Amino acid sequence: MNFDFSDDQRMLRDQAARFLDQRGALGAARKVLEGEAPYDESLWKGIGELGWAGTAIPEAYGGSGLGRIELCVIAEELGRSLAPTPFSSSVYLAAEALLEAGSEEQKKAWLPKLAEGKAIGCFGLGEGIAPPTARHIRASVSGGKLTGTKAPVADGDVADVAVVVARGAGEPGLYLVDLTAGGVTRTTLDTVDPSRSHAELAFDGAPAEPLGGGTGGGWEAVQRVLDRAAVLFAFEQVGGAQAALDMAKDYALNRYAFGRPIGSYQGIKHKLADMYMKIELARANALYGAWAIGCDAPELPVAAAAARISATDASWFAAKENIQTHGGMGFTWELDCHLFYRRAKLLALNLGSERLWKDRLVSLLETQNAPKQAA
Amino acid sequence: MDFTDTKEEAEYRARVRDWLDRNAKKKGEAGAAAPKYGHDDLVPLAREWQAKKYEAGFAGITMPVEYGGQGGTQMQQVIYNQEEARYVVPRGVYEIGLGMCIPTMLAYATEEQKQRYVRPALRGEEIWCQLFSEPAAGSDVAAVRTRAVRDGDDWIINGQKIWTSGAHFSDFGVIVLRTDPSVPKHKGLSYFFLDMHSPGIEVRRIKQIAGISNFNEVFFTDVRVPDSQRLGEVGGGWKVALTTLMNERYAVGHRPPPDFDEIFELARNLELEDGPAIRNALVRERLADWYCQQQGLRLTHFRTMTALSKGQTPGPENSITKIISANKQQEIAAFGMDLLEQAGVIHDDERSPMRAMFQEALLMSPSGRVAGGTDEILRNIIAERVLGLPQDPRVDKDVPYDKVPTGR
Repeated sequence: MNFDFSDDQRMLRDQAARFLDQRGALGAARKVLEGEAPYDESLWKGIGELGWAGTAIPEAYGGSGLGRIELCVIAEELGRSLAPTPFSSSVYLAAEALLEAGSEEQKKAWLPKLAEGKAIGCFGLGEGIAPPTARHIRASVSGGKLTGTKAPVADGDVADVAVVVARGAGEPGLYLVDLTAGGVTRTTLDTVDPSRSHAELAFDGAPAEPLGGGTGGGWEAVQRVLDRAAVLFAFEQVGGAQAALDMAKDYALNRYAFGRPIGSYQGIKHKLADMYMKIELARANALYGAWAIGCDAPELPVAAAAARISATDASWFAAKENIQTHGGMGFTWELDCHLFYRRAKLLALNLGSERLWKDRLVSLLETQNAPKQAA
Repeated sequence: MDFTDTKEEAEYRARVRDWLDRNAKKKGEAGAAAPKYGHDDLVPLAREWQAKKYEAGFAGITMPVEYGGQGGTQMQQVIYNQEEARYVVPRGVYEIGLGMCIPTMLAYATEEQKQRYVRPALRGEEIWCQLFSEPAAGSDVAAVRTRAVRDGDDWIINGQKIWTSGAHFSDFGVIVLRTDPSVPKHKGLSYFFLDMHSPGIEVRRIKQIAGISNFNEVFFTDVRVPDSQRLGEVGGGWKVALTTLMNERYAVGHRPPPDFDEIFELARNLELEDGPAIRNALVRERLADWYCQQQGLRLTHFRTMTALSKGQTPGPENSITKIISANKQQEIAAFGMDLLEQAGVIHDDERSPMRAMFQEALLMSPSGRVAGGTDEILRNIIAERVLGLPQDPRVDKDVPYDKVPTGR
């Protein structure tokens, strides 16, 4: 039994934490939230120099080929610090989609640039107010031209390349679109978390190449990308939840009411204990997801759904109860509580809602276990 | 990362499995039903099972060889528990004695006493119970009132204990007593072990919600205990009690079914108003939540095993286990009954699905949230010991015990 990060992976985590702390990632998130820049360019450049974006990209395509578990380790730290960069779009989604379903040529064209952070990728899935499921995909590719509108697309306003879910001849699959090649109109969107930029991408005959061996790979390929991303996002969520708990704890130790620290009252203690319990459950489920993407296990779909649900629950709970613990200060612009609160909800919706993932989890469990005899 | 055993662990697991296969029935196997928890006909079966375990070398796995144990590792104990959980064996008789009382004896008793008591306990010949809680000392267990007064080489005990699991079939017990009421609460306690057949001990069974009576009130009227049966210093009883309670987390943890698998099975086999229950969105949402909790606890246990396997001390993550599993069990029981609609109230092994497991659990599950530390105390423990938050101010701190305000 060895169900934990290795010493090397822990070391990587410490290095990542140190770097993000030194670069003031949390302060950078606030700056992006308050300013006009869509992301923190200098932080993104630093991350590029460290090679983090290429962690799971094989050396043949310009990455370090360390592995996906190592990418999970980095994701947790990015989540903890709320680092305002296009990392998740570019790495967990665009690069992973290329690795999953790209042709040799497509991989060679884009992965080295994505690995270095020289190019930014994004992933176009949802189309407005509708579940991001196969039935609701209307974007279509015909004769190598993509038509349709994707919104919201995280980092869609700054990306160089997009992997877009669209219909070809058959069911929806994955298509690669060079966003610099024309045929696309980008409109930046206002969201609840302006520390991460989002856009609407309107495609009007933009050149699009299918991934998945020329067919787009079908929904199965889409789902495989979502499953892997779910695990990586779960680590960001766990990191953010832990940071919110740490923040609440720090405040509870130092804020006095009725002559003693508020952290000595059970009303606060039990709330923080509940945060801890949810985070530990999410951490365990996420770690299992890390194992599953690390070795591409057949358990991945179930593990990914459980990690996603558990981490979404933990990060939402920790973020909202952190505000509650801070009282009036919690909902001021000045304190960072709202940064975690905004991000928690953003991450909760970016790959489809908790409701959708719960439904998917139960469907997977149904097919996994043949029906038993009547009760 | 991997989930495989080391070579030694795999060999040990194979040995355990082989023995269990030959000596017990797997869950779900025909004729595998054991008497339900808390029923008296469990005791002779448990005795027989414990004796078999001892003969096969699976009793006292981590205890020293010279007292009848196996001198093995925590990891071996975990492996044995994992494997045994897949079989129907009589449970609920020896857990407290071997999990809490005997480890305390090993830590504090004299050489002669260890030679005398440990082996018969491991063989199942002598059953032990733990006498801590009192009517006025539950979560605040150091508030015990039962008095021990020195009389020559003996102590004389008067008072009452309560919630004593298995007192009615136990041969020995460990007990925390107040030996000095004039000093603050924690400082006036001493710890003893005693013969449950001593004159002056009266055991009265307490009927619980589920109708069974597996715990008791125990009354002490001028009961004599020799000073040689004191464990630890006079006035040092709290320290010894903490040793016992520390072992409690090994003895109490996961709850019996129904868990996710059972509610999932029920949902797959029931028709609701709009089709199979498993297709109902509300049902699916709850199922997903419970799966994530169950899986999260299972994986948290793997984290603990990883630490043990590396010879490290597990982190605090296991502190979440009892509180989550006890609440999950209660919610699953209630929801399982809801799915049965009006017939959910029928509590009958023949008529209710799955041998009335959900109805049974409805009535049993409140105990899981209290026994071995209430939900509230466990949250305090997580907040204080894991997160480092301050203790509640204690108005009885530094106050002589006999000056501390009490209720009725």
